[in-house]
Amino acid sequence: MKTRLYRGLLYLTLAIFAVYYLLPIYVLVATSLKSFEEVNVYKMWLPPKKLSFETFKKALFSEWGYQGLANNFKNSIIMVIPATVFSSFLGSINGYVFTHWPFPRANIVFILILFGMFIPYQSILIPLVQILRFLGLFGTIPGLIITHIIYGIPITTLIFRNYYSTIPKELIEAAKIDGASFVKIYREIILPLSLPGFAVVLIWQFTSIWNDFLFGVTIALNPAIQPVTVALNNLAGSYFVEWNVQIAGALLVAMPTLVVYLILGKYFMRGLLAGALKG
Amino acid sequence: MRKVCWLLVVVGFLGWAQAGTPLVLDKPSSLADISLTVFGDPGYAPAIMRATNSKALVDHTFARVTRLDEVLPAGAKLWIPEASWAKAFLAVWDSARVEDLFGGGKLVVGSWWTTGGEAEGLEALFNTYRSRYPDVLIVNATVAGGAGFVFKAVVKPRIIAGDPPDTFQLHAGLEVEGYSPEVYLRPLDDLYTIFGWDKVLPPDLLELMRYKGHYWGVPVNIHRSNVLWYNKEIFAQYGLTPPTSWDEFFTICETLKNAGVIPIIIGNAGGWEVPHLFEDVLASVLSPDEYRGLWTGETPWTHPGVARALEILKRIMDYTNVDYPAHTWDTALDYFVANKGAMHIMGDWAMGWFMAKQIDYKVGWAPVPGTKGVFVALSDTFAFPKRAANPINVLGWLEVCGSKEGQIAFNMRKGSIPARTDITPEEKAQFNLYLQSCMEDWARDTIVPSVMHGAAAPESWVVDFKDAINLFLVTKDVAGTQAALVAAAKAALGK
Amino acid sequence: MWFRKKHDQILSILLVLPSALAILVFVYGFIALTTYVSFSNWNKLVPDYTFIGATNYLRVFQNPRFLITMRNLGVFTGLFVGGSLVLGFLLAVLLDRRIKVEGLFRTIYLYPLALSFIVTGVVWRWLLNPGSPQMGSTGINLLLEKMGLGFLKTGWYTDPRIGIIAVVIAAVWQMSGYVMAMYLAGLRGIPEELREAARVDGASELQIYRFVVLPLLRPITFGALIVLGHISLKIYDLVVAMTGPGPGYSCDVPAYFMWELTFRANRFGQGAVIACILLVGVSLLILPYLRYSFRWEAKV
Repeated sequence: MKTRLYRGLLYLTLAIFAVYYLLPIYVLVATSLKSFEEVNVYKMWLPPKKLSFETFKKALFSEWGYQGLANNFKNSIIMVIPATVFSSFLGSINGYVFTHWPFPRANIVFILILFGMFIPYQSILIPLVQILRFLGLFGTIPGLIITHIIYGIPITTLIFRNYYSTIPKELIEAAKIDGASFVKIYREIILPLSLPGFAVVLIWQFTSIWNDFLFGVTIALNPAIQPVTVALNNLAGSYFVEWNVQIAGALLVAMPTLVVYLILGKYFMRGLLAGALKG
Repeated sequence: MRKVCWLLVVVGFLGWAQAGTPLVLDKPSSLADISLTVFGDPGYAPAIMRATNSKALVDHTFARVTRLDEVLPAGAKLWIPEASWAKAFLAVWDSARVEDLFGGGKLVVGSWWTTGGEAEGLEALFNTYRSRYPDVLIVNATVAGGAGFVFKAVVKPRIIAGDPPDTFQLHAGLEVEGYSPEVYLRPLDDLYTIFGWDKVLPPDLLELMRYKGHYWGVPVNIHRSNVLWYNKEIFAQYGLTPPTSWDEFFTICETLKNAGVIPIIIGNAGGWEVPHLFEDVLASVLSPDEYRGLWTGETPWTHPGVARALEILKRIMDYTNVDYPAHTWDTALDYFVANKGAMHIMGDWAMGWFMAKQIDYKVGWAPVPGTKGVFVALSDTFAFPKRAANPINVLGWLEVCGSKEGQIAFNMRKGSIPARTDITPEEKAQFNLYLQSCMEDWARDTIVPSVMHGAAAPESWVVDFKDAINLFLVTKDVAGTQAALVAAAKAALGK
Repeated sequence: MWFRKKHDQILSILLVLPSALAILVFVYGFIALTTYVSFSNWNKLVPDYTFIGATNYLRVFQNPRFLITMRNLGVFTGLFVGGSLVLGFLLAVLLDRRIKVEGLFRTIYLYPLALSFIVTGVVWRWLLNPGSPQMGSTGINLLLEKMGLGFLKTGWYTDPRIGIIAVVIAAVWQMSGYVMAMYLAGLRGIPEELREAARVDGASELQIYRFVVLPLLRPITFGALIVLGHISLKIYDLVVAMTGPGPGYSCDVPAYFMWELTFRANRFGQGAVIACILLVGVSLLILPYLRYSFRWEAKV
């Protein structure tokens, strides 16, 4: 009897918290389905008078006055996939080196790399633009990709370093004694065990790079190559905002990352379980 | 030869009415000869070459001129540009840049106009441009964010790095100081003379636009800051008329407050709306010259008018909706829509919002109390960076921006009025009622610059001014805020 | 054998080299430049690298807005990190109890991580809009009213005294799921025998948590502290999208102020000062973590 009550309370508590997390989604979806006359901050809880997906159409396709997000989705994908994959692999290799092939002063190098995570990006926009111009990468998608790879290295290295430190050192030592090389150990021991680590890193990087706005708007001035977050910002007018279209656009932009979390969330959890991000 | 010359001259005259005129050679001639015949000066050869090559890119019946000293065969079809354009071309063209003689290329236009009327207006300008220069590819590099909040962070690193957009939006007035124009922008005085803008723009505006003795942008529109919008239905219900003084204003406020209606609606989430209101109050309390003097240093900020303006602002805040920090000006207008709020002080872009919400039928307007006869102006211009990649295309763009055709097309959609004063009554009739009355005021009122929108002061001062007023809303400390404003002026002018 | 080892060691250094070099330029090079700029006279668009000592630092510290933003940052960091840790831990503990629909709840708590701070800011700006006497309450206030909890209503971000707390609520909403996931993984990693043993020894559940579970979760706590801490110091998008600086700058944060200083007021020198201060703050955060982490690893 007591356990029943206890279990009931447990579920109730969880449900109450779930409301905190779900309230915003209701407001977002409801507003995105309303017409501009209906959009009113005092009536946010009211459901839309009639369901119309016109806001989504307006947000997606270049209509009068809107840039239209459809083309920019393509740009975001072209940008996110290489950036995510490369920064993740770099992190994996760095993590491998720092854990199992430490060279003198390796820890210091690791700390220095880690610190790269912490700079406020607004403060480095000017030199960043200048260097990218110098390299001929400014205003291009490759330039954006490389920027994301570089600034993704610290966090991916951190995650993999923590993750690989859970692999018993004896295993690696034994393989070294047996004559296995750096590459062989990576290919045959580390890599097969890396799946959970990659799950965490790929999901994390995909989300942060997809959601990035600052680098996108600074580096890609040409609307033809802008990522979708920049185009989303441009759905807003400079004097007033059509909230229903803006929110519809925001939901569309959030779709890929949401889907990633919904579908791959359990791999993310498994990766965490296996020791990534443990500290 | 003589007959041909006369024919050319006649054709040339006719051509000035359009953007140029075609010319078919009846005997081999060099560009210099043609230039001499048509313009009376052989020096316009490069302009003719460029104009012809541009045309040739879209219409292959036109000749392709490959060298400046080329002798073109009989039967070659050329395009003779308008004299003003040709003059401007020579003024802008760097003779070392041979590539500019071949037409085509891009025009990267930077702005923060992204949706609604402003985007439509921009597109109208683009269309006008395309009809004249179909060989150019326009890249619309807009970045949303009020007053260029994000745009400036995007364009400034590019300017520093020497890779600016070909042209970009810039508020008329001292905002240009923030772009170090002596270093980064091309002065446009010669274009003003060539295209006659210095004759057709009001002298007050020209005065406003001069910085360090030069013009740096071409204004496309005028917006007015000091407009009092009021709800006609509520005013009718309580038998009110728009106030002409602050005493009348506060009387109305009392009446409305007692009736349970919000007298004055404010939304300050953007951080600029209340400072905008304050600049209008300043303009109402001080004379136009005194107000202008605040920004040049002639009027000290210790002037009692400033304190009086702060007191008025403090009193206004007593009659506004308590949730003003939660709203931008447009979401606050939900009160207006619901007939729960009566008045709102905002620039005339508010009319665009009213029309989009389809409530313009119940919107009335009047100058902010005490500012009758004063037009607090702001204007959007386009600038010409020195290192623009396609300078001749920019020239064409500026020409379009300054032209009557361009300005009418743009402003009808944007909800502002043309900067030019030579709009005919028939043309004016195409604009909505508010804009028509605005144009009348523009023609006869005294013009003073807006500070919150980049005209009166450099941006660093605007930020200090804004910060001081925002803090005032919480501290309500008149003396302290006045001291802060004095310090801000000292920091800006003492520089 | 030693040759192979040496060869591999060189290979390993070569592989890390590109990352190290990239970080050297794109992070440390920029940090050095920013630090120099903070001592320079650059306050127009044209770069001016004349050295002027600590003048910029003085000007920034004398600006009342700066002090307000630093105070806000302190409050925000404390509440955000603390709130996320506590909430995340609580949810993890609850979910650890073999819930039938654990996957569902986990997804619900975790999904905000997928959103950008901009979307979060927009929706919480609406939700925490207090409404007004004339139009009635709205958002959360309206819900509280309807539930009979009207006394809990506040002005949220329109109240200059507590404005930043509204931002905390949005930020915790976004990031607590991540903390929950970490703690859940950590809890699952604690062998049941340890807990059983403690139970057999007569310890209560609460005591087990205090003396067995929490100490073992310390590395996770530290890891979360780092990630949350650095997000907190750099917080910018959320403030822009949600509240702007707020009444009396009650929601303003250093990164936002830095943006205005740099790109609106052209005070590049002063903007760089704020960047340097934020970096110093971050160093203070990361050093204890690293000391702890390396010591902990040495133990293991």
